[in-house]
Amino acid sequence: MNDHTSKQFDVEMEAIRSGVLSMGGLVERQFKRAIQALEDDEDGELIDAVGADEQQINQLQVDIDQQCAQIIARRQPTAVDLRMILTISKVVNDLERAGDEIKKIAYKANETLGSDTLRRVRYYDVVRAARQAEHMLQLSLDALARLDPDAAVEIVDLDDAIDAAFSAILRQLISYMMEDPRTITPALEIVFIAKSIERVGDHAKNIAEAVVQVVRGKDVRHASAEQIRAELAGP
Amino acid sequence: MQTQTHTPTHAAAPMPPPMTAAQTAAEPKMSIRGLDFYYGQFHGLKNVSLDIAERRVTAFIGPSGCGKSTLLRTLNRMYSLYPGQRATGEILFHGRNILDPGVDLNMLRAKVGMVFQKPTPFPMSIYDNIAFGVRLYERLSARAMDERVEWALSKAALWDEVKDKLKQSGMALSGGQQQRLCIARAVAVQPDVLLLDEPTSALDPISTAKIEELITELKRDYTIAIVTHNMQQAARVSDFTAYMYLGELIEFGATDALFFKPQRRETEDYITGRFG
Repeated sequence: MNDHTSKQFDVEMEAIRSGVLSMGGLVERQFKRAIQALEDDEDGELIDAVGADEQQINQLQVDIDQQCAQIIARRQPTAVDLRMILTISKVVNDLERAGDEIKKIAYKANETLGSDTLRRVRYYDVVRAARQAEHMLQLSLDALARLDPDAAVEIVDLDDAIDAAFSAILRQLISYMMEDPRTITPALEIVFIAKSIERVGDHAKNIAEAVVQVVRGKDVRHASAEQIRAELAGP
Repeated sequence: MQTQTHTPTHAAAPMPPPMTAAQTAAEPKMSIRGLDFYYGQFHGLKNVSLDIAERRVTAFIGPSGCGKSTLLRTLNRMYSLYPGQRATGEILFHGRNILDPGVDLNMLRAKVGMVFQKPTPFPMSIYDNIAFGVRLYERLSARAMDERVEWALSKAALWDEVKDKLKQSGMALSGGQQQRLCIARAVAVQPDVLLLDEPTSALDPISTAKIEELITELKRDYTIAIVTHNMQQAARVSDFTAYMYLGELIEFGATDALFFKPQRRETEDYITGRFG
């Protein structure tokens, strides 16, 4: 893409673009810490760090949104600039919400677990789903940085896999809860963690879909991976 | 277990698909085909083809010298006033090529009215500014002429502001009022098409907003083509936009689509201010 005739416009667009990418970097770091907190019980320091990350993420959301509003008010952006600003405004929301979910994961990771069977679910299945969601988030942020619409197909597929993993975890936990009502409280904690992981995956998917909007001007929300593939193959 | 059929209470209204350039062809008021234009040796328009849709606003945008005003001036053959300027190709209007030598230019210009960048009221009363053109084409009784003047001034959203001073000079009005007077003058002879050449570039924002509002009103009855340097104005008022560069039509399509996701890189660069 060529530069704008107005260099200041370029500077402003670059500021929101790099702002959203560093916000994404923060969410990735936060997620890594939360996953570590899931693996190693009761690490208070790690959980504090996740909380601090979340505060920084919130602040970036407010700052970047304000910058987007100012560019719209002052420059009446069109075409690719308009699509980029609309997208960034959506992406900062998704990242902020992902940050909230990740904070919940870390805080819940502090809860104690009763039985060995539940420990297996948490330390194996839940952590594995979290790694998948982390991978998805990384891919979608890469797609945003490189403005690569094709990544959306893979990310939507991965999101389906995480949704399936969540259902599987839920089914397992339900059977434990039916067997032994004393597991209900800790099992519900794990359900909340798994649900948050599944939500992070959804936000990553939203980001990848927003990239398609910037690059191709097509709205692929609510489309299946196959439909997105077909859209991207078109003009 | 009884399964119930779920009936959505609020069925989502489907969004109408964005209009495409092809749909303008449905009801073209004017059809431009293979139009070339020359200022002496200079090739000002190169093989331009597009339709001006009936009762829609078509905007021409592009950098200075791209040919957008030239194109507008071919639509009522304003260029014929100047020696050394000629056009080839076709502009079909009511089934006739208006570039043909036999065309009655006075009748053409009554049917295809024009409003210019600078307000150009005649140095006569507000009333006569309107009546002057009408008298060239029609013989109306005094009463019918009064009605026509009121009608035209009302159409141009000027009547309430001038009804008590119709005998005053048109030159005494503000710039924005003068421009609306010129629009009233064009409307008074009951044209089919209105050509607006940068109609607000000499006006303040409030007068500009009034003219833009007027354009939206007028398109109920008239086909409008507008040349504007103000891209946001094209985005605000037009249904279709044509982007021109160096005498060529680069892209033509529904305004909604063109300003959100243009098909051509050149258009994208121009409307986002990445040009040159």
